[in-house]
Amino acid sequence: MNFPILSSLILLPTIGALFILFTKSSSGKYQSSKYVALFISLVNFLLSLYLWYVFDKNSIDFQFVENREWLSGFINYKVGIDGISILFIILTTFITPICIISVNATIKNRLKDFLIAILIMETFMIGVFCSLDLIVFYLFFEAGLIPMFLIIGIWGGDRRVYSAFKFFLYTLLGSVLMLVAIISIYWITGTTDVERLYELGIQTDYQNLLWLAFFSSFAVKTPMWPVHTWLPDAHVEAPTVGSVLLAAILLKMAGYGFIRFSIGLFPIASENFTMLVYILSLIAIIYTSLVALMQEDMKKLIAYSSVAHMGFVTLGIFTMTQQGIEGSIFQMISHGLVSAALFLSVGVVYERHHTRLINKYGGLVSIMPRYAIVFMVFTLGALGLPGTTGFVGEFLILMGAFEKNILVAMIASLGVILGAAYMLWLFKRVIFGEITNQQLKSMKDLKTFEIITLSALVIPILFFGFYPEPLMNSIEASVENTLNMYNFDLINNLASKD
Amino acid sequence: MENFQYILPEIFISIAIMLFLLVGVFKKNSSILIYNLSTISLVILLALIINLSSLNKIYLFNSSYQIDNLSNYMKIILVGSGVFVMLTGSKYIQVINLNKIEYPILILSSILGMMIMISSNDLIVFYMGLELQSLALYVLASFNRDNLLSTESGLKYFVLSALSSGLLLYGCSLIYGFSESTNFDQILINSTVFNYGKTFGIVFILVGLAFKISAVPFHMWAPDVYQGSPTSVTLFFAILPKIAALSVFIKFLYTPFANMNDQWQTIIVFISIASMIFGAVAAIGQKNLKRLIAYSSISHMGYALAGLATVSNQGIQSSITYISIYLVMNLAFFSCLFMLKRNDNYYENIEDLSGLSKKHPILSFSFLIVLFSLAGIPPLAGFFAKFYIFLAVIEQSMYFLAIVGLLATVVAAFYYLRIIKIIYFDQEKDGYETSHNLGLKITLAISTIFILAYFIYPSGITEIVSKITMI
Repeated sequence: MNFPILSSLILLPTIGALFILFTKSSSGKYQSSKYVALFISLVNFLLSLYLWYVFDKNSIDFQFVENREWLSGFINYKVGIDGISILFIILTTFITPICIISVNATIKNRLKDFLIAILIMETFMIGVFCSLDLIVFYLFFEAGLIPMFLIIGIWGGDRRVYSAFKFFLYTLLGSVLMLVAIISIYWITGTTDVERLYELGIQTDYQNLLWLAFFSSFAVKTPMWPVHTWLPDAHVEAPTVGSVLLAAILLKMAGYGFIRFSIGLFPIASENFTMLVYILSLIAIIYTSLVALMQEDMKKLIAYSSVAHMGFVTLGIFTMTQQGIEGSIFQMISHGLVSAALFLSVGVVYERHHTRLINKYGGLVSIMPRYAIVFMVFTLGALGLPGTTGFVGEFLILMGAFEKNILVAMIASLGVILGAAYMLWLFKRVIFGEITNQQLKSMKDLKTFEIITLSALVIPILFFGFYPEPLMNSIEASVENTLNMYNFDLINNLASKD
Repeated sequence: MENFQYILPEIFISIAIMLFLLVGVFKKNSSILIYNLSTISLVILLALIINLSSLNKIYLFNSSYQIDNLSNYMKIILVGSGVFVMLTGSKYIQVINLNKIEYPILILSSILGMMIMISSNDLIVFYMGLELQSLALYVLASFNRDNLLSTESGLKYFVLSALSSGLLLYGCSLIYGFSESTNFDQILINSTVFNYGKTFGIVFILVGLAFKISAVPFHMWAPDVYQGSPTSVTLFFAILPKIAALSVFIKFLYTPFANMNDQWQTIIVFISIASMIFGAVAAIGQKNLKRLIAYSSISHMGYALAGLATVSNQGIQSSITYISIYLVMNLAFFSCLFMLKRNDNYYENIEDLSGLSKKHPILSFSFLIVLFSLAGIPPLAGFFAKFYIFLAVIEQSMYFLAIVGLLATVVAAFYYLRIIKIIYFDQEKDGYETSHNLGLKITLAISTIFILAYFIYPSGITEIVSKITMI
């Protein structure tokens, strides 16, 4: 396998962005640049599907590894994937074309710049999920701030400046501590290569502080309570496509980071801090669900529900059980699809009616029947009805949690009920009931491109809800390997204490 | 005379200065000619220095003058940025009617002074070089003599700089008195025993140098001088004296005072932390771009000094890498500033950038790249500059310095973001002229591409710099 398939995945969107930069498109229309972007992102999607096809699901090693000398020989550009990363890569390449198709509904000005920003963003997101070197990971992780800052700031709503700044500074503040930790790891072990670090292990004395430094970055990005406050602001002000990218992929970087780095590199510290993560996750699940119940803005409601869902994810990861971690990964993929779909659905009505306030809607089922159907599927996916992806994830996470700590699992189960409450109530208020607002009657049902994007999301939500096997299949070996390494380190540590 | 070739660059530039003065006196209206000749002579000077750079350590004039890897590298980036400063400013000084014959000649003499500073291996030679560059800088700062701010900045710079030179000289005399020599190597040999006289000497010398590099708490002149001076001179101020001063810093700390690092390390750590924090916080409220970049450069000098505080080769190399990347970022930033021109007026307030991105997408994009790079966001060059510094700092387990420094970057990110916000998010105003001189365009293109593409091959500078070892 000499063809650098991962690097092509990473670079292709950037090449597309450069191409768009130099295309002269007639002012106002920008059709050609949109087709270029769509073409590039679809090629990338097909490439990632091919990657999934040739990927060896039973192997626990990193595959398609590329290792190039980069930073004066001491830090290498190293990328590679295992069963965990491949799903996130496919999620990224799947969501990006959907974003590009839905672009012209919401973005009125400077479409060309917007497409460039999205494609650059795709490069960075894929880079995060492939990188096998801490410095390379940090580079991609942080670089993603630049296009997202611009997406929120240029094309956002009224309070976009405040939200963009909050997003940027919160994330940066969390991340600089991670940089300190990464450099410390380099001096402690002499390498930042993740595979080497897995073999070498990090001395127990350092693990707690290093874990906390990584945690500060991932907790902001996840986002966990109490540093979640940037998320509702960013979501509300971002344009629809920006929200989709943010919810579907950016939040997953942190969950991925927890599995790959926090557990993989610092098993003993992870064990020490398990309770902290449990408590923060439970607060996130219960508290933000309650907050979501009270929201009047649809996007804000979904944003808070994202925090609650990510609370499940962190809970599941730190149960350190096969079911819990698999459930978390599944939940992240599911949330990536469902929240993207929900934000797009909100975008559909916002574009027609120019408000996101829930009480301005009602009775949409009789005006937009098709919309009501897809919105119902997404609502049920978000609340975790059996038959949708949401159920599989939450169910596995709760199974893992019951195995470790019954109290935690019981409190978390309350979150499932609350989730059902706010989602169904949202659905009821928007879709059912009398048409109180007469202006709504002029609204048209879904356009063709909306049907394409939304049904593209309905299919995987239902398919993997009924038949999760393909996804489970590819993560199983890698998760098992991660857990084995984790338990091995713990036992060694206990043995050395005695 | 057999060592004549080694000092050829200095001799060449001295002769050029005198020759241009003569041309200026005897030929009427020769200012443009002299400007161009000066630029060309800087290019030749650069070639002469590069020609010497393969040599090993060489001592000249009774070992009071030293040519080694450090001095060669510093001279190359000094003269190289000098060329770009001349290229970018050529149109500017014509537009604001400053194109007198003295201007390029003063710049050349200042560069000569800096070269002597960089190569000096003796307190007296060092002081001569320092004064030569300072005298030229006083005049340059107040070169726009009809402008109130410019005159003020020249005077302010003169008074404060003279004070700091006085302190420095006093420090030199203390060192001389207690170590019985003015030669750096001799001072090192004679300073094996601790005594307070030498400690005082070090403190005074560091104060003087900190002033030249505009580090907190000796930074007071910088914002006024940056704002008051003509922009082309500000660009000069922002880059060249800093390179020279940093080089002298390295030289002093690691040659004559190398045995006394327990004495000066705390001072450098303090200056570095204070500069990083102060520069970041004070820039937030600024309205003038030149003033803002003054505070920004204060905090950047804090990072460069953090590398020196580590007492390791890695640290020195990271500081030199930092200043190299810093100078490219400043060149790019000022090139952008020179492009804000409308009807023979140059604009320099942050508000003037409002909505720039709609009419000038390429210029705004350059601004965007430069500002994110100054803020140290990956994958731009500014990130790698900071990365090397923190790599060195953490190697010595100086976690406090590293964490404070990184938190200061978050604060600093705020004001860089504010400029980006004004460029990209705000309402647009009148457009600016789009025709600029070729030198300016080339400088902006080269520096922006350097910043943007640095991550593709980041080892380039590192490999050159890694030859510089002091310990």
